[in-house]
Amino acid sequence: MPKQSPVPDEVDKPFWDAANEDRLVIQYCTDCNMLQHPPAATCNIPGCEPGNNFEWREMSGRGRVYGYGVMYDCPVTILAEDQPFNIAVVELEEDPGIKMLSHLPGTPVDDVPVGAPVQVEFEVTPTTGQKVPEWRVVG
Amino acid sequence: MPTQNAPASMYRSTEGLGIWEHKGKVAAVGIGHSPTARRWDETTDTSLGAWSILALRRAIEDAGVRPDEVDGLVMAQETSTGSPWPSDKPIPPDFLNTYKSTDNPLDGIARLSADWILMNMPELTNVNFTMYGPGCMSNAVVTAAQAVGEGLTEVCLVLKGWHNFGGRYYVGQGAAGGNTVSGPGKYSTLWGTVACYTTAMQFEAYCRKYGKNHDMMAPFVVNEKRNGLMFPEGFWAQHRPEVLTVEDYLAARWIAKPANLFDNDIPIMASAAYLFTTPERAKDMKQKPVYILNVASDRTQVRSFGPTLEEAEAATDETGRKIYEGSGLSPSDLSFENMYDGFTLFHQFHLEGIRFAGVQRGEALDFYATDITIEGPNPASPSGGNAGAGRTRFWMHTDSIQQIQGRAGARQISKPAEIGVSGGPTPTGGNFTVWSSTPG
Repeated sequence: MPKQSPVPDEVDKPFWDAANEDRLVIQYCTDCNMLQHPPAATCNIPGCEPGNNFEWREMSGRGRVYGYGVMYDCPVTILAEDQPFNIAVVELEEDPGIKMLSHLPGTPVDDVPVGAPVQVEFEVTPTTGQKVPEWRVVG
Repeated sequence: MPTQNAPASMYRSTEGLGIWEHKGKVAAVGIGHSPTARRWDETTDTSLGAWSILALRRAIEDAGVRPDEVDGLVMAQETSTGSPWPSDKPIPPDFLNTYKSTDNPLDGIARLSADWILMNMPELTNVNFTMYGPGCMSNAVVTAAQAVGEGLTEVCLVLKGWHNFGGRYYVGQGAAGGNTVSGPGKYSTLWGTVACYTTAMQFEAYCRKYGKNHDMMAPFVVNEKRNGLMFPEGFWAQHRPEVLTVEDYLAARWIAKPANLFDNDIPIMASAAYLFTTPERAKDMKQKPVYILNVASDRTQVRSFGPTLEEAEAATDETGRKIYEGSGLSPSDLSFENMYDGFTLFHQFHLEGIRFAGVQRGEALDFYATDITIEGPNPASPSGGNAGAGRTRFWMHTDSIQQIQGRAGARQISKPAEIGVSGGPTPTGGNFTVWSSTPG
């Protein structure tokens, strides 16, 4: 499905640059040793101090489907003609607390196998060519 | 000094704080509501500012105090349900000629400052305390309760207003209509999420976890609509007195399955105001005081995309514990619950979190199939909430006060209305108030 092109900013540029190289990297807080996503300038783990020391860690690209909904009245124009479509929540193998959205390409609408393993792939967005992580059910 | 947001220290957002130090020492007395409208017709008399002033004056009159007795004002500055005033559209001249302006031209139109209110209510000659409880009435209510408890104000107005302009917003508008996306939307709206998506996703997980289904929501939503039609201050009662049936609900189109049209609320314009005071001052006022036994807040930090079902359940469990810890009450003490419902699909998180009527995790949808009406033993959301009266996030507070004062009219619950709880908005971020007919 054609998506809007994300515009990287100073904080999340490494995430999007890695996506263009078909790599999934996630922000890692070296103050509390926790992964964080979406990327942010400070750590959102309660009590983490100072919470502004990060590195980027490459992930395996494996995860599983946590849950989903089916969009019938999507506000985003570029996606409207593809309705209805799945929006699944995927959790990463390295840390199920880290969750990302996916259209689950290849999975029929409203037939989402919750709990199924998924593998990341990278999809080119039409406007700028920026790649975004997507997930496909495997196995 | 400009009006400030309430500091974090004014919120009871952690467990272990014990009984609220001001339990029973703050009372709600007066209520004032504006009319409602689907959208602003751009006449001065129906503007956000005009209706907010009207609501405040009605609350003052309802309480039976003189305007010069009011010494505090707590309110929310934000008044948007998402609808922006176009940047190239001039403010109607009649509005500018009628009201004094602050340095923000949208004051009274698309936002509300305490300065604007005080400039345009000259009868409020003795207000020496102002504060913002940002966001919703739920925030303003707990902020005002804490302020009265701390002695910062004795006769305090509490205000929340909402504007809604013509045209659609969100859908195909602004960032949603573009070919690129910046900011937080890179991790959410890029995939096409709508406001109710996360709640729909949580609800799907809830149904899977507990073996429930969306159809089981019908009795609750139908009851919400029924209660809302008995709320004369509400949008549906005033403009579209349409009865919702189970069949209507089950046939409604999906927005983000499993959230359908009736699981979402309708954006409207309206303002509401309350008058809070001390029990001593309340003795001389016109209405029966409704005592506040506790205020509690939730400030859950969501880990990643979400909140997830687990985060929603953990947060509402914690909120329930805080509500009872600070009030010294237990679930069996509640005569009714007025927890937030906009979206309807998360009401069960709130209801189960406070264990209303003994309902445990995973049992709310079965509970909805029992008698949850105002006539029954366990009135659930007697206000009708946002679903029943429109998107304002304040019906639940108004109803709680009216129920305990015995002024809920056709909505008055059959059982004695002694203690109720209201609050929201979301399961993972909100403010909650315990109301009582006695100081405790």
